[in-house]
Amino acid sequence: MRLEPRTKVPFVLVILAPIAAIVASFVLCAGLVAWSGASVLEAYWLLLKGALGSGFALSETFARATPLIFTGLAAAIAFKSRFWNIGAEGQLYAGALIITVLGTGMLDLHPGLMIPILVVSSAVAGALMLLGPVLLKINFGVDEVVTTLLLNFIVLLLVSLLLEGPLKDPMGLGWPQAEPVTEAAELPRLFRGLRLHSGLLLALLFSFIFWIVSIRTTLGYEMRAVGFNQKAARFAGMPVKRVMIITALISGGIAGIAGFSEVAGMKGNLTLDLSPGFGYTGIVVAMLAQLHPLGVIISASFVASIFVGADAMSRSAGVPSYIADVMVSVSLLCMLVSVLLVRFRIRWS
Amino acid sequence: METSFAWLEIFLNASFWVAAVRIATPLIFGTLGEVICERAGVLNLGIEGIMTIGAMVGWMAVYQGAGLWSGVLLAAVCGGTFGLLHAMLTVPLGLSQHVTGIGITLLATSLSSYVYRLILPEVSSPPRIQAFEPLEIPGLSSIPIIGEALFKQTPLTYFAFISVIVVAYVLYRTPVGLAVQMVGENPAAAEAQGLNVTLIRTGAVVCGSAFMAVGGAFLTMSAFNAFFFNMINGRGWICIALVVFASWRPGKALLGALLFAAFDAYQMRLQQLVGTEIPYQIFLMMPYVLSILALIVMSRRVGYPQALMIPYRKGER
Amino acid sequence: MKRSEIDISEKQAAAEVVLRLRGITKVFGSLVANDDINLELKSGEVLALLGENGAGKTTLMNILFGHYVADSGSIEVFGHPIPQGSPHAAIELGIGMVHQHFTLADNLSVLDNVMLGTEPLWSLSSNRRASRIRLEKLGERFGLQVNPNVRVAELSIGERQRVEILKALYRNARILILDEPTAVLTPQETGTFFETLKKMVSGGLSLIFISHKMQEVLAISDRVVVLRDGRLVAEIKTADASETELAQAMVGRNIELPERKALKAGESVLKLKSVTVKAEDGRAALSSVSLDIRASEIVGIAGVSGNGQTAIADLISGLFEPQSGTMELHGEVVNNFTPRNMLRKKVGRIPEDRHSQGLIGDMTLAENSISECYREPQFSSYGWQNHLNRQRFAENVVSKFDVRGYSANSPVRLLSGGNMQKLILGRVLSGNPQLILANQPGRGLDVGAVAYVHEQLLAARAKGAAILLISEDLEELLQISDRIAVIHRGRLSETFPRESISIAQLGLLMTGQQKSSTTKNQTTEADAS
Repeated sequence: MRLEPRTKVPFVLVILAPIAAIVASFVLCAGLVAWSGASVLEAYWLLLKGALGSGFALSETFARATPLIFTGLAAAIAFKSRFWNIGAEGQLYAGALIITVLGTGMLDLHPGLMIPILVVSSAVAGALMLLGPVLLKINFGVDEVVTTLLLNFIVLLLVSLLLEGPLKDPMGLGWPQAEPVTEAAELPRLFRGLRLHSGLLLALLFSFIFWIVSIRTTLGYEMRAVGFNQKAARFAGMPVKRVMIITALISGGIAGIAGFSEVAGMKGNLTLDLSPGFGYTGIVVAMLAQLHPLGVIISASFVASIFVGADAMSRSAGVPSYIADVMVSVSLLCMLVSVLLVRFRIRWS
Repeated sequence: METSFAWLEIFLNASFWVAAVRIATPLIFGTLGEVICERAGVLNLGIEGIMTIGAMVGWMAVYQGAGLWSGVLLAAVCGGTFGLLHAMLTVPLGLSQHVTGIGITLLATSLSSYVYRLILPEVSSPPRIQAFEPLEIPGLSSIPIIGEALFKQTPLTYFAFISVIVVAYVLYRTPVGLAVQMVGENPAAAEAQGLNVTLIRTGAVVCGSAFMAVGGAFLTMSAFNAFFFNMINGRGWICIALVVFASWRPGKALLGALLFAAFDAYQMRLQQLVGTEIPYQIFLMMPYVLSILALIVMSRRVGYPQALMIPYRKGER
Repeated sequence: MKRSEIDISEKQAAAEVVLRLRGITKVFGSLVANDDINLELKSGEVLALLGENGAGKTTLMNILFGHYVADSGSIEVFGHPIPQGSPHAAIELGIGMVHQHFTLADNLSVLDNVMLGTEPLWSLSSNRRASRIRLEKLGERFGLQVNPNVRVAELSIGERQRVEILKALYRNARILILDEPTAVLTPQETGTFFETLKKMVSGGLSLIFISHKMQEVLAISDRVVVLRDGRLVAEIKTADASETELAQAMVGRNIELPERKALKAGESVLKLKSVTVKAEDGRAALSSVSLDIRASEIVGIAGVSGNGQTAIADLISGLFEPQSGTMELHGEVVNNFTPRNMLRKKVGRIPEDRHSQGLIGDMTLAENSISECYREPQFSSYGWQNHLNRQRFAENVVSKFDVRGYSANSPVRLLSGGNMQKLILGRVLSGNPQLILANQPGRGLDVGAVAYVHEQLLAARAKGAAILLISEDLEELLQISDRIAVIHRGRLSETFPRESISIAQLGLLMTGQQKSSTTKNQTTEADAS
């Protein structure tokens, strides 16, 4: 068996790739759904209805997609430069922490000022998380996968520590959770009675900004060059180390803003279970989007609908909601194969 | 705080050393398994997930009535299967080893949760099984401190030590071990001698993954006797760091795991001494911090298999 | 088929055909690499396979050795048909291959490398002692001694080649394929190598020798077979062959070799003064190197790869700085060793490796064309890239430098080697550099493309550029350099005017023997080619 690179890649295949991956994951997980005793077609129908079948469902889906757009973007930006940032989870919590410190009463400003300040601070918090790993990689060759991963565990413990201590909500009935953010810091809801909030608009904005940066600016050109071939970029005189640091900071920053969005838009306060793995799911979102900043919006929506739909499916059909995590990880693996088939043809000898 | 030497006296207590060896066991399996994979040139980031599913499958088998060793075998087979999946995607297809590995971890972890929840819907407290009992080796176990630590452990711990010796022997003293090394250093050379690079890499990854899964099974069938979500808690990632620390050598992997476990056992006892003055989370953070430090210290990568993470495309000349 | 030990003392009988290739055809996509090739190898014969880069020699040998499967045709070894696609089968039948790019694992020992694959995979133990003894005996017999316990990483290139050959001999090869074996040897080492070949032939082996160097083919082979564009175009007994005949067959048409007209050199452009560079392991990559290159001249540096060429190239490219000594450009000392600074000082660099250093394969041609000047005001303002200007610039380069085979949005890695080099040339020369570093510019290119590269370099020289040419190809150096120096173990010899030095003298310098100022003993005409 041999892999032969395709000389011309039809655009149709590029679009088809993620769709094929998602369909494949539905098919492959059918067996697991059947094992739970539910009828596969009925269960999948409930999933679709639960995700997209009503105004409420759509609101839930896009509210769920919001943090995934952020973390997906963070992963896409990093992975494109071959910087394996697996620490989006920790960066998200770091952003959420800063918001809690600043936004629960310490700062008292007009929302027009408050929100931008909080966005910037959460970005800074997330970015700082990656400063260590990227410097270690550049200067000592330390693999960033393990460092960013381990930092996730450390940050989570820190959050737990702070939530049981200085950040504990005195009116929280003893649960480890933080005080809610002030009204000025809240991201307004988009529709009355629904949970969808303007964090989504922020996420869309950042996707768009980053897309423009990538294809039209000098920095974007440098980032892509360094990502494709670091050695050649260095030879051509590009400031490789600086570009890698900037890439890492941007990636971490966006993941940090995800934390702001979840606290200030969705939940209202920081809890230990703020993120059910958004950072890791962001990786899947990025891969399904083939690392394209705009594609992330679409793939985040897909992935979010699977999670929201699975919740509905578990309530009505008794299929454990973990099926969503299984489906999402299967679609990641299928996507890898899809992308390969887009670039290569398989020849059997 | 009591006497100022209490923090030293921990070392004099045999139970500390017993705990260190026990804590080291899953790390030995995990690191050994990853060494095998990486020596063959394949980074296996699925380790965290494979350990999780090994833990779940082994335990579930026993819960459903199988014998303990059958459970271990089943866990190994399960791990090997995920290893096979990882190998199929990364070796002949040459997909990114980083992303595939993360995908395998996500898949194996979520499958563990799903299957567990399916078989045991909503239980208030996790059910327990009859785990492995410590197996005393007569005579040797009466040696003070070391005797208890090394010879009063559960069978899987002995298996871990034996595995290290066997793997080291196979790697350095048999033709198949040489083939595995070569495939991780210069696959073209192996190919030129008529060896099938794909098969050898796949075999190594399957074998290594089986060991990883047994490491996970140790937690649910020996150290504890129940399965909790998130029970692996980053041990897999720590093993990845330990592989670098061990310079990809089985003997050093054993040493590294023991050192690390000793530190972990120590911080737990120190925590008890210190009481509530320092939050327990600080102590829990220590293993992860230590792993990062280990990586930095060993960053000059002596012994890095030269073809690690470079996919080999047959016939690409 | 059982393998048996060779009875080496057996005298070779009358010319028995040991290898027969019939109708071998191999197609890669639209490229016909081998087109219906018929070939025979007789017992005890040294057969040379001559052809330029891309003619199909290596493909053919890879098919023979089992790395590839031919699309049609058959192979017979000692009268037995051989199953294709299996190096194992080839080895079993007595075929051995010494690859151009050594198939050795640096981190393992010589013994490990040799023993690989020689014992049954599933055996529970390994007899290293017996293997070591056998290896040492083989080394003595053929004059290829190497210490079996040493890590390959610590061997010199010549020693590594010995290991590569020993691997084949260890496996009782009776037909040995040697792929460009002298590419990494000095002329003197080549002489020793030919002695080894003779010993192997008298020891019962038959050899196939792949080369694009005519001199060596004429020196060592019994018969020459010429490949061109995948087809076998000539088969001549070496005794009856002439250089011109072979060159014609190889190239198929008269290539106009660019002529180097004598020019008066101008002001000094590059001056290296006692530059010392330490490599990562503490050894000196460059030891007190001094060099002076002036405008309108080409200075060539000869040497076997690994003797410091990369250090000089990286230094001038701005990739690192010297530990001691200075570098001057136009009389000004260079303090800032970065690629950007070198580019600013009008240094043009043609890198050794087009793929990993010269171009970013996944980016388009336009994006690659501006990779060194993308920050200039015409391409970038306030952080935004000007796509229109970029496109115009790229089109200009493509038409001026005859870059073919590209389409606007496809990645540059789809270009052929020759076109990639033209693109790089275009990129470099468009900046009107005053100093050009050309590092192995003709490597991997066919004669036509090499001639084009030389033409461009000579044109730049005529316009006043100073050019530093680093090359392993002595013929290339002698063709276009005004002056030549030799580098050996980090030390640079004095530079000699082209007219006053011969290949033999260069060869001596390449092995480290000092050239005395009196060269009465050297014959010049016969050696200089």
